[in-house]
Amino acid sequence: MTAAMTEVSRLLQEDFEEVVDAWFATQKREGVRRPDLFSDRESRRQLSDLLRAFADTLGRIDLSQSVDVDAEEWSDLRLALSEITLVRAERGVAPWEMTTFVLALKQPVFGKLNERLRDTPDRLLQEAADFGRIVDAFAMHINEHFIAERDEIIERQRAEMMELSTPVVQLWERVLTIPLIGTLDSMRAQEVMENLLNAIVEHQAEVVIVDITGVRVVDTQVAQHLLRTAAAVRLMGAEAIISGISPKIAQTMVELGVDVGEVTTRPSIRAALAEAFRRVGFAITRVEDTRA
Amino acid sequence: MPEAASIYKVDKVLLVAIRDNITDTDIINLQEDLSERIVSEKARGVVIDIAALEIVDTFVGRILAQLSAISRLLAAETYIVGMRPAVAMTLVELGMDLPGSKTALSLSHALRALKAKGLA
Repeated sequence: MTAAMTEVSRLLQEDFEEVVDAWFATQKREGVRRPDLFSDRESRRQLSDLLRAFADTLGRIDLSQSVDVDAEEWSDLRLALSEITLVRAERGVAPWEMTTFVLALKQPVFGKLNERLRDTPDRLLQEAADFGRIVDAFAMHINEHFIAERDEIIERQRAEMMELSTPVVQLWERVLTIPLIGTLDSMRAQEVMENLLNAIVEHQAEVVIVDITGVRVVDTQVAQHLLRTAAAVRLMGAEAIISGISPKIAQTMVELGVDVGEVTTRPSIRAALAEAFRRVGFAITRVEDTRA
Repeated sequence: MPEAASIYKVDKVLLVAIRDNITDTDIINLQEDLSERIVSEKARGVVIDIAALEIVDTFVGRILAQLSAISRLLAAETYIVGMRPAVAMTLVELGMDLPGSKTALSLSHALRALKAKGLA
């Protein structure tokens, strides 16, 4: 253990509970406590876990070297940290809140240090500077880690959404439908096209209904994607019907100058299905009038 | 060595089967052979089967469009059949969606359509 950090280490051991209290209070003051997401008990438990790991780590590192959070000595702390970042990222805490959360540790420790080393200003300055360096590195690491964690969550959700949102359904013999929901960016459009064309081969489908009832916004790009999908469907030897074109979307498309050309469009999936049946040679007839 | 593209006569329909290893010269020869056969056989229907084609470029895309345009001029209705999903996506990506050509899922689909019109 380096001599310079003795006082901080000792302080963290002797006044552990006090430092946790003060840290907690500083977070409250800085507005990063998030009582909406965590109970007082849970927050305090997180803080004392983190501080204990921090105090242990302080005893192990050599301060004459540069602070490397990725080094072996920090592994305990990194572990404690990853648990906390995971729950925080999942509950939607912002990165700046996470950084402030850690930096809030400085104030209580500086206060305590000042009380203890008031008579030796040189040491006070040295320890405060070293401690500041470590907390900064730690905060930087936590921020990076936190963002990586969030990216991972976003990526996972995106993949799940992608899978969920492009199911091709067989409505009838030789008739398929793909109900599109949400936003249609280039990547999803590609996915939609691939799934649809493969399903055409698999089912030997002759008519496919691309339903855009659930598509939030239709701009020129979305319209281009739809028309390209319809063109590819035609090249395969099947026909595409675009259904779910609301009056508002129809107006937007005309205002944008989108020309659907030969592609069949229908306002509702019901009208599209009737048209699809007509093309593959089926008809729906009422067996008897069941209404009174 | 098998031809890169062969033309068969089925009833009154000419069936063109294109193989994957087709070269640019083959395809130009095919264009010539096909137009002559349509006239000599008095064919009213042409089916171009490209199920074996795994890769297309702008040249192949343009020739496909030309083949159907020539056949149409010679009074033969032309269907392109058996296109693979990847090929369809590439053609659309290249902006070559063959607007003048008719397409069908398979040879039997095309023959059925031609029969319905009395051309096969």
